[in-house]
Amino acid sequence: MEITIPPFDLKSIAPIILITIAGIVVLMTDVFFKKLPKETLGYLSFLAVLITGLITFSQTGSPVYSFSNTFVVDNFSIFFNYIFLMSTAIVILMSVNYLHQEGVNFGEYYTLILFATMGMMLMAGAADLITVFLGLEIMSISLYVLAGFKRDRLESNESALKYFLLGAFATCFLLYGMALLYGATGTTNIKEIATFITNNHAFSSPMIIMGASLLIIGFGFKMASVPFHKWVPDVYEGAPTSVTAFMSAGPKAAAFAVFLRVFLISLPGLEQKWSVILWVLAALTMTVGNVVAIAQTNIKRMLAYSSIAHAGYVLMAIVTASSLGTASILFYLLVYVFMNLGAFAVIIILGKRGEENLRIDDYNGLGYKHPIMAIVMSIFMFSLAGIPPFAGFMGKFYIFSAAIKSGYIILAIIGVINSVISVYYYLRVTVVMYMKQPTREFAPLSLSPYIILALVITIWGTIHLGIFPSSIIELAQKSVLLQ
Amino acid sequence: MTIPLTWYLILSGSLFTIGAVGVLVRRNALVILMSIELMLNAVNLAFVTFSRQHESMDGQIFVFFIMTVAAAEAAVGLAIVVALFKNKSTINVDDINIMKW
Repeated sequence: MEITIPPFDLKSIAPIILITIAGIVVLMTDVFFKKLPKETLGYLSFLAVLITGLITFSQTGSPVYSFSNTFVVDNFSIFFNYIFLMSTAIVILMSVNYLHQEGVNFGEYYTLILFATMGMMLMAGAADLITVFLGLEIMSISLYVLAGFKRDRLESNESALKYFLLGAFATCFLLYGMALLYGATGTTNIKEIATFITNNHAFSSPMIIMGASLLIIGFGFKMASVPFHKWVPDVYEGAPTSVTAFMSAGPKAAAFAVFLRVFLISLPGLEQKWSVILWVLAALTMTVGNVVAIAQTNIKRMLAYSSIAHAGYVLMAIVTASSLGTASILFYLLVYVFMNLGAFAVIIILGKRGEENLRIDDYNGLGYKHPIMAIVMSIFMFSLAGIPPFAGFMGKFYIFSAAIKSGYIILAIIGVINSVISVYYYLRVTVVMYMKQPTREFAPLSLSPYIILALVITIWGTIHLGIFPSSIIELAQKSVLLQ
Repeated sequence: MTIPLTWYLILSGSLFTIGAVGVLVRRNALVILMSIELMLNAVNLAFVTFSRQHESMDGQIFVFFIMTVAAAEAAVGLAIVVALFKNKSTINVDDINIMKW
């Protein structure tokens, strides 16, 4: 029997290969050069992410399918790669300081971050259900370990266990959905599934509908949409702060990327069915996220609910299933990386060893003691609340206008009402910083050049994208999926 | 006598349901882990059945990937359980509740 090896194109997965090699190199450097300060590893990973970004940039162009049509490089995946690499770079800069401060300065942290990024990039470029699954699991398994990175702290253990058990549970549903889709169509390729459904008019085949519903459950978990959101607050609160920041940006964007690709390309015929489900999910996600966030006293937990709410806004744009909606999602996810990671960077700077100073009360009177930090935090809170001229406003503006143009007026109204509710709890942070007397001693800030660079990048992104969004919007419009 | 393919699918569905109920009902983290493995194997069975039905290899290849990932997942899961047990001396998920709203 002869075995012919199908042609494969290593150039198309060059960014993934590079970031994998970087992860292994960082791990090996940590093992063989024990005396090396751990900051060097962070510096090395940062460099690798930058180089990967350059290679990704050089791939721009027409879509290239490779590895027997299981992987694709198109503008859509490239835009998402920018989002992932940007968030990874900022998180690495934030982590250098944080790991040292918390006494968990182990080299494998950076390796896991790089591997998780690799999984996300695989997800964004997945053109086959097998690749979707592989990318998702590479990302998730790295995150399970990262969530429990503070081995000797109970919160971290608990967060990791909850994340792991629920994550694996959700993956099973996702896989069963994939199995049903495969059973109904006889292929795992995303494009061929669409061809089969259109050719056979299998729009109401029960197996396909069942499969699509199970996929919504599986992806809904990763996107943290209500009612699959119960893990988010606990996991975000217990995980190390830098890991929480990481989880709230990249992996969620990756889940949206793969959701868009699977549902817009392989199941477009069923659009009317799944857009109704998503309509309800979007409305629920926004409302529950925003309303419960009001009651929170822990700032990480509040940002966890806020991230649920933001997932709701993005779902609203998915419901439209239009190219304008997709472009607004791309823009919004990039904006979200800047404003959310910025807020977490401030939390890390003000934090103390042992996960202290995380209550919102701990920010009382910050405006008098550390005015610059208070201003920076206010910028991110205003942006998250969607107040002009910051980027969060432009992001929401594009999403709401996409929803209105596609005729989802009620959903847009629910979104605007939610946006108003969210102003309450974001501004509460600003209010306690400026209008309350300090209730605790403020230690001098532990600033390092790394975290200052992270802050500068995030502030620049938040303000620049708010005032001059057109270039990124154009890029996003060129990056929507071609069906 | 040949066994029809639907029987395999019914078996797969039942195994998946047993696993899902196990995750929701049992309180021991290790038993939950085992239930999750049961669900994954139900998926594998479904994939192999469909692969046979369509006479295509994709499903079987998918099964290999699922088995590999399940092994990695079990390793990480057990490590997390061990780390938790060191700190808390329990793996009952009802007792793991320091964070709540």
